[in-house]
Amino acid sequence: MKHYLLLITMFVASYVSAQGANIVIDKGVDNPTRIAVDNFYYVGPKMSEDIGAIIRNDLNFSGLFESIPPERLITHPRTESEIRYHDFKTIKAEYLLIGGVTEQAGRYSASYELFDVVQQKRVLIKTTVEGTDAQLRDVAHKISDKVFETITNIRGIFSTKIIYVEAFQRPARSRLMLSDFDGARPRQLFESKQPILSPVWSPDGTRVAYVSFESSRPAIYVQSLSTGRKEQITNFKGLNGAPAWSPDGQKLAMVLSKDDNPEIYTVDLASRTFTRITNMYAIDTEPSWTIDGTGIFFTSDRGVRPQIYKVTLATGITERVTFDGDYNARGRVSPDGKSLVMVNKRPGGTYQIAAQDLKSGNMRILTETNYDESPTIAPNGAMLMYATNVGGKGILGAASLDAKYKVRLPGKQGDVREPAWSPFF
Amino acid sequence: MITKAIKQGLTFAVVMAFLVGCSSASDKKTTTPPAPTPAPVVEAPAPVVKEVANVVYFDFDKYDLTPEARAILLAHAEKLKGSSVAVRLEGHADERGSREYNMALGEKRAKAARDFLVLQGVKAASLEVVSYGEERPVATGQEETSYSQNRRVEIK
Repeated sequence: MKHYLLLITMFVASYVSAQGANIVIDKGVDNPTRIAVDNFYYVGPKMSEDIGAIIRNDLNFSGLFESIPPERLITHPRTESEIRYHDFKTIKAEYLLIGGVTEQAGRYSASYELFDVVQQKRVLIKTTVEGTDAQLRDVAHKISDKVFETITNIRGIFSTKIIYVEAFQRPARSRLMLSDFDGARPRQLFESKQPILSPVWSPDGTRVAYVSFESSRPAIYVQSLSTGRKEQITNFKGLNGAPAWSPDGQKLAMVLSKDDNPEIYTVDLASRTFTRITNMYAIDTEPSWTIDGTGIFFTSDRGVRPQIYKVTLATGITERVTFDGDYNARGRVSPDGKSLVMVNKRPGGTYQIAAQDLKSGNMRILTETNYDESPTIAPNGAMLMYATNVGGKGILGAASLDAKYKVRLPGKQGDVREPAWSPFF
Repeated sequence: MITKAIKQGLTFAVVMAFLVGCSSASDKKTTTPPAPTPAPVVEAPAPVVKEVANVVYFDFDKYDLTPEARAILLAHAEKLKGSSVAVRLEGHADERGSREYNMALGEKRAKAARDFLVLQGVKAASLEVVSYGEERPVATGQEETSYSQNRRVEIK
């Protein structure tokens, strides 16, 4: 019976509607926390966003919650004194979120309260978040963050952003895009007829480094997100790719083939001093810094098949990190430093995202679609996003690092790829 | 939802029909033999100067030259030797695996072609190497036929 239920949760994709865009939950956790989120009470001219709906979508996206929409609620209390807990126990709600919005001269104030239905008590006192009409999504995401953290003790990622590449064919065109974590409110940062790839956020969340072929050759650029000002960092013969910020934001690691072979280099952004890190007649690429900045993980085919290695910068000592599978590439370390997430393939298998526990070496497979690539970890370390392919179209997916949960983001017009999850702001 | 799926299905079918039509048409063009004569002809003249292919192909995740690739590059070397015409060697990979690794793979392939040409006496200074990784596929299907066409170096 238990297996039977698990199969159902795994294969029945459920649709969660939000603002016309659908996220598709491919695999749900066994017992998500059930939270009733009523519509936010409001009297006045129509608002451009439905705050309650955004919060429900946010919480569902995390995989840890199953939100109960207003149409399934028996009563609609507006204050604590109006709550009849029995009405919420009947629909198996564990928590209840209620709130209201007022408007004054174009500014909205959203107030909300959170209740524990099982213990019949308030767990979050009335809190108010303010914003303009254009900031209503930010207001909703802030409320989601607070509710999520209050219940799970994990910081919410609903106010974070993603940068990704959207590619079009005929004529070939690439756009570097910035959006909310769920793909909403997309904004173009850069457009080119030539390929764009490998965007990465600076640790302070103010700049993006990426590779662009706009000069008909690859070069690394750093662009300010507030001013749009763009600076070319490298223009060497051959490869200029895979930029990775050091944790302190002072350096970029990258791959260059200026000395003939693809090797890892670092550049100090202030002095523009380049330092060569690897030296091997093989492919060395895709650098990613350790959390403390003392080492760099990278992909190398020095052992014939691509695997991930780690070099300690002070000593140059290099060790192989991955052994499970015949293809492991593009490693990214989780914020707690405990896991390395990568593109993995086993002999005869497909390309999937896997996480390796760095201490034990144990690997767990997080996604099982074909052609999964470019994993990027959320700043709270609970989820990752990756690029995948459904019916020949590039879309983004997200999965929990514990492999229990998978969700697909709504498709865009072009092929979406190369997601980069922002730090906390 | 269902109607949308049907609509997408139909669009897909129409596109596929169109693509199949195109490919069979182009197949016809390229495979039609130049009027084969069934009667055995004694001492047929050597075929007129054949255009040398401008693409060489590679095995999966490999950057060493196949015998076919060497033969094609040898013909190019003969033409390029002693000339100072600038040639661009563009390396490519199929879409499987990570993008930056494929970028490096494309570069290794283009450099293997360059090194071979240089060994045959072509001036290194006239050869430029650029890798596009998996960013510029010639075939977009997700099977080996497409992949094998994408693992290539173009001589331009």
